[in-house]
Amino acid sequence: MSAPYDLLARLVGLWSDGLGWVGERLGIEMLDYVFMHHAFLVGALIAVMAPLIGTFLVHRQLALIGDALAHTAFAGVAVGLFVNSLLGTGISPYVTAIVVAVIAALAIELISETTDAYNDVSMAIVLSTGFALGAVLISLNTGGLAVGINQYLFGNLSTVSRENAVLLVVLFAVVALVVTVTYKQLLYVTFDETAARVAGVNVPWYNRLMTTLTALVVVGAMQIMGVILVAAMLVVPVAAAAQLARGFREALLASVVLAQIAVLAGITLSFHYNTTAGGTIVLVAVAVYIASVLAGKAQSRRAGEEPLPTPED
Amino acid sequence: MSGSRTGGDDGPLVEARDLTFGYAASPVVEDVDLRVERGEYVGIVGPNGSGKSTLLRLLLGLHEADAGSAELLGHPARAFAERERVGYVAQDVTEDEKRMPITVAEVVLMGRFPHAGFGRVTAADREHAREALRTVGIEHLADRKITALSGGQRQRTYIARALAGEAELLVLDEPTVGVDAESVDAFFDLLDGLVADGLTVLLVEHDIGAVIEHASRVVCLNREVYFDGDPVAFAESDALDRAYGTNVRREEGGIVT
Repeated sequence: MSAPYDLLARLVGLWSDGLGWVGERLGIEMLDYVFMHHAFLVGALIAVMAPLIGTFLVHRQLALIGDALAHTAFAGVAVGLFVNSLLGTGISPYVTAIVVAVIAALAIELISETTDAYNDVSMAIVLSTGFALGAVLISLNTGGLAVGINQYLFGNLSTVSRENAVLLVVLFAVVALVVTVTYKQLLYVTFDETAARVAGVNVPWYNRLMTTLTALVVVGAMQIMGVILVAAMLVVPVAAAAQLARGFREALLASVVLAQIAVLAGITLSFHYNTTAGGTIVLVAVAVYIASVLAGKAQSRRAGEEPLPTPED
Repeated sequence: MSGSRTGGDDGPLVEARDLTFGYAASPVVEDVDLRVERGEYVGIVGPNGSGKSTLLRLLLGLHEADAGSAELLGHPARAFAERERVGYVAQDVTEDEKRMPITVAEVVLMGRFPHAGFGRVTAADREHAREALRTVGIEHLADRKITALSGGQRQRTYIARALAGEAELLVLDEPTVGVDAESVDAFFDLLDGLVADGLTVLLVEHDIGAVIEHASRVVCLNREVYFDGDPVAFAESDALDRAYGTNVRREEGGIVT
């Protein structure tokens, strides 16, 4: 393997050693397992990436795009497994999932740009196509492959390998870097597309960029969350943060904090009660969302008591 | 003001020649000639569906004209790059569907984004934004969520966004839709003040009375230009009746369609 990979693998190893040491010192049993170290690392990265991208999506009313791309990522996994069994190659299904999901992401944008279809129509078409393609390819495969598919559908903590952790670190770096550089443009497009165009922002280009980043996040999160529930991480913490925050930066920060709570608590509960990780994380996230709604209501009731000052108008 | 301006310093800020847009059989905008000089306050009026908003979008370079040309600050509108020189205020986007958490200060700071490009927003950018909020009189609302503001306050926020960007030309597309009558008056007073300070304003507005009262020039559009000139002369001409058909009633204190 190449030098950058070795470096990242060593960093993941250091993280693992660190958590193992902490677990030993504090007597935390679940930290005895290396796969849990990887799961916590991957989970923490997901809980930054997903709400980060999700905040832009939700406030453009594109919450469903994550769901559509997750289902095409499933087709990508199927393509990987199919090619491997056909040619005897050992390509990671996550790599083919990234490729297929990014192609699907651009297809969604192309469909909305070139036809008059509503955005949700193009998403529904891509979602169904992705899942159908995945299902057909898997049924073409004989024998034990269909058994392994569950981990992609529902996610699995114990299969998070060092390679997967490294892949996640790379995806995280790409997503974080791109959002940092294009934050202003993405915010402008999200808030007001026409004003953004007048201000010289190339709106179609940023739409494609946003959708492509979503594809990367979805594939990254699929490992733990599973295809079916991955979109929840893009939406639920963001919806919760919107109940509490006044500003956009504040909302971004709050959504990341709430997602971290959901992921860390979810993984821990999942380990102790031997429940599926994706489902557990989503249930915790929904509980956080409900708490946020209640807190937001209480907050606005307090704020409602002091009337908004009006200037001369 | 930055010194690297490459055009439009003496020439018109907006110049359209024979501008035509729409399907060949039924153009939305046809053969429109329009010049807006620095310091002017031009109000475009016309019935619903008369192509007012389309004309603005052509002038801003958002649409490609089918015939004729549109120039913005001396450059072809479609290729115009110095976007910070033009401010844009439309009907309120937060009114119905947007419940996005964003503060007034964050919205106004967007006016600085064309200056910052891919770089960071600087302390000077923030100062420009604060100054713009002071100018429109809502500095005290900077940290409010934009959806907690009234329609009039939100429109002031969008004006402040344009001012923060140091726009020379302010383009407004029906900015008073959904704003209560009292705030509309204050809004036009604010615009008057900005024009007095040297801003050039191009306004599309359904309230003909307000345009006649405030603008320095009226353009009456219904696919083609029916009138272009002095507001008082417009009020006395028959251009309105011709452009709108015969359904215009003249009432005391204003004209209602």
